[in-house]
Amino acid sequence: MRIFLRRLKKTNKISFISFWIIVFLYLLAIFADFVSPYPYDLQHRDYPMAPPTKIHFFDKEGKFHLRPFVYKTELVNVAFNEYREDYSKIYPIKLFVKGKKRKILGIFETDRYLFGVEGEGKIFLFGTDIHGRDIFSRILYGARISLSIGIIGVSISFFLGLLIGGISGYFGGKVDAFLMRIVEIFMMFPSFYLMLALRAAFPINLSSIQVYLLIVVILSLIGWASLARIIRGMVLSIKEEEYVQAARALGIPTYRIVLKHVIPNTFSYTITALTLSVPGYILGESALSLLGLGIQEPYPSWGNMLSVCIGNLRVLTNAPWMLIPGFFIFLTIICFNFLGDGIRDIFDPKKW
Amino acid sequence: MRRYVINRVLQVIPLIFGMTFISFLIIHLPPGDPFSKLQMDPQISRETIQQMRKLFGLDKPVVVQYFYWIKNVFTFNLGTSFSYHVPVSFLIKQKLKNTIALSVFSIFLTWFISIPLGIFAAIKNGKWEEKFLSFIAYIGISIPSFFIAMLIVFFVAKTAILPIGGTTSIFYKSATGFEKFIDYLKHLLIPGISLTLAGIGSLFRLMKNNFLECLNSPYVITAKAKGLSMSKVYYKHTLRNAINPMITIFGYELSGILSGAALVEIVTNWPGMGRLILEAVLSQDFYLVMASLLIGGILLVTGNLIADILIAFADPRVRLR
Repeated sequence: MRIFLRRLKKTNKISFISFWIIVFLYLLAIFADFVSPYPYDLQHRDYPMAPPTKIHFFDKEGKFHLRPFVYKTELVNVAFNEYREDYSKIYPIKLFVKGKKRKILGIFETDRYLFGVEGEGKIFLFGTDIHGRDIFSRILYGARISLSIGIIGVSISFFLGLLIGGISGYFGGKVDAFLMRIVEIFMMFPSFYLMLALRAAFPINLSSIQVYLLIVVILSLIGWASLARIIRGMVLSIKEEEYVQAARALGIPTYRIVLKHVIPNTFSYTITALTLSVPGYILGESALSLLGLGIQEPYPSWGNMLSVCIGNLRVLTNAPWMLIPGFFIFLTIICFNFLGDGIRDIFDPKKW
Repeated sequence: MRRYVINRVLQVIPLIFGMTFISFLIIHLPPGDPFSKLQMDPQISRETIQQMRKLFGLDKPVVVQYFYWIKNVFTFNLGTSFSYHVPVSFLIKQKLKNTIALSVFSIFLTWFISIPLGIFAAIKNGKWEEKFLSFIAYIGISIPSFFIAMLIVFFVAKTAILPIGGTTSIFYKSATGFEKFIDYLKHLLIPGISLTLAGIGSLFRLMKNNFLECLNSPYVITAKAKGLSMSKVYYKHTLRNAINPMITIFGYELSGILSGAALVEIVTNWPGMGRLILEAVLSQDFYLVMASLLIGGILLVTGNLIADILIAFADPRVRLR
């Protein structure tokens, strides 16, 4: 891992930065219970569609405060969604504030959060949604869904792709022809149509965990085909190499040749392909959730947080901060793309 | 040439059968038949249900049912939509037109923009123009199409320069033929541009890489050494070879465009196949889902077929294989 990072830093700076951004996002997702100032389903009834809270250093008299603070805001015009700051009292932002008890990852109990405002003041870094829920907190919790689905989905596809691509490439002949026809059929569907059709086969109302598993399975069912094809191609060329023939001549059983000699040699390519295919899963999940077929309210995912923006121009124009989850999807995807490119450069001996 | 085309067309047939069979299996995954739910609906008469049950052979095993469905497809009977109470083919005909208009519009625009840009970037390789364009393309690849559509809708809603949603304005019925066309085009702009922006990045990168690869090949170096003018080298020697792989990609791009179009259609409220299939899924309208899948697949297969035939025209090596 250390060698990998050092080489990444040397060959491709942007990929190196992307790697750390991804790590940071995953850490935020894991410690969402600690970092987020509010629970994901807490509705602040007096603050629907509140804009991001302004963070001040200077108060009304122009006096400087080292500790940043916020003012309490109040909804003054419901029709135009106008909020006004109340300058009478300042609420300093504190680190490790006390609040209700929460469990981090369901193990450690804590009553202190990373940051927050005490008393009447509220802090909404990215504003609130139509129910007055803090978007920043929801993004952190939503990251758990959106980021984990990529990893799990890719692992399943990887397994299926290796299995079927490996068999197809190594044995060739009729097995190969048959399996490749199936792969072709899967690749023939427009992936989005197939995704919806697969989703249609199951009831619309499922519990959150069932939907989560279902999405993972659907996405991997769509994703394995192209991977299997690539691996088959690689296996086809690798099995003609001298070391595989030597292994065969030594009488090593087929499954061992495939597992020990053929498959590991495809890794340089598959690891790149895997990194570059993570965005597809994140996109798939957000698309399904966006359409109301994925993760259900009140549990957030980056996709379903955006769904209020569809066909709802009033919300969109009055509260553009509702689009922020989209930027997180974008950030994650671009980082994975950069990282994938970086990994490819590392494995490419020409670039050393 | 003719043999190649015939061969290629014949290959499509088993693919379509396999595809429909898999979609059929998917639809029949859940227990019970699609009509058991409908019996509760007072709006549908018992006779209609009995009639449809018989027509689609629902009392028989799944494989037999599949042949019933195929038989019906060949007589252009795709079943009846449960939620709209009209034939599925009628619904699809309505929406398919819009999806094809959107796809053709955005494919044309995407290629029109990204091919010249790709060539330009390849010629300027290593200079700031290329780096700038590549960076923009990188961003373009990474923004989800639905998010681009949302940003555009947001921007348009703020400035109110274009109509949002639907295909026609209120005055459409009283408009003349040309005005009708302009009105349709105006409505097409938001989804069309969103889809185009989403597609430019990847196509640009492919074109740039192809062109670069060809620039380094021996025949281009020969052409340069002969003292040909640079424009001749680029447009006569390099471009013709660099464009070949792009034709193949054209076929595969279609898949992405159809999927992307579906999402963009939903976000921008463009009444196409995407919206139709989504509504069908939400209301568990089985024959509508099945038919949309079939049409989507056929569009894709046809796209690939056209691309393969085009490449055979452009590249004699493919023809002779």
